[in-house]
Amino acid sequence: MHPVIPYLSASVLFGLGVYGVLARRNAVLLLMSVELMLNAVNLVLVTADATVRAELPAGGQVFALFVIVLAAAEVGVGLALILQLYRARATVAVDEVPLDEGER
Amino acid sequence: MTTTDVLLAALGAVAIGAGWRVVSTRHVVRAGLWLVVALGAVAGSYLLLAAELVAWVQVLLYVGAVVVLLLFAVMLTRAPIGASADLDRPGWVGALVGTGAGLGLGALFLDGYRWQSVGRPSVGSAQLLGAEVFRHWVLPFEVVSVLLLAALIGAVVTSRPPAGGR
Repeated sequence: MHPVIPYLSASVLFGLGVYGVLARRNAVLLLMSVELMLNAVNLVLVTADATVRAELPAGGQVFALFVIVLAAAEVGVGLALILQLYRARATVAVDEVPLDEGER
Repeated sequence: MTTTDVLLAALGAVAIGAGWRVVSTRHVVRAGLWLVVALGAVAGSYLLLAAELVAWVQVLLYVGAVVVLLLFAVMLTRAPIGASADLDRPGWVGALVGTGAGLGLGALFLDGYRWQSVGRPSVGSAQLLGAEVFRHWVLPFEVVSVLLLAALIGAVVTSRPPAGGR
């Protein structure tokens, strides 16, 4: 097995996620791009676990499990924030969020 | 090139193609469905890399729960059903940074691993991972459980309508 193949697909997936985060305006699509990046990181962790003989067995896979749990928590809080934004502004376009607004 | 290599390359190509559709499609709902394809292909790669438990957790938690949550977000924010033209901002900066990140990481990995070959990894079964988590990673495990509780409470408090309003 050649570990460079999953490593390369992971780096391309990460690049796609970065592009999505920077280019998308819809906040939900932004969250989806973040998921792509997290998956690329997980793929690297699991491949490294299959490649490198570490002192503790399966450390990379345990880390991947932790990252999956963190991603679930992030999506939950992110969804709540997006709903609040939609309620306040009736839009989810991230570049229409005013950053310099004081007290309402 | 062994069968594992060919399958890994094919699944990687599927994941990349679906990922490209996620960041480029003009339909919000279709982006969510392409995300399912990309995450499923990554789960297949986990299976080929002998990470059995991680693959099924990926299917359960990502494809099952996270994508459903994202589709709920699409519905609750009343996203347009058809194609919409204003999903992207003019994205040459994003294209530049994304290509740079992908190419840079790819070059690092190519330089680090070349065409080196490794033997078949041992299977990451639920028994092995469970023993590892509770033998060596107990503190992170507990911290993650506290964080999940905090995220749960945070989501409930944040998404509550403002008191006294409407």
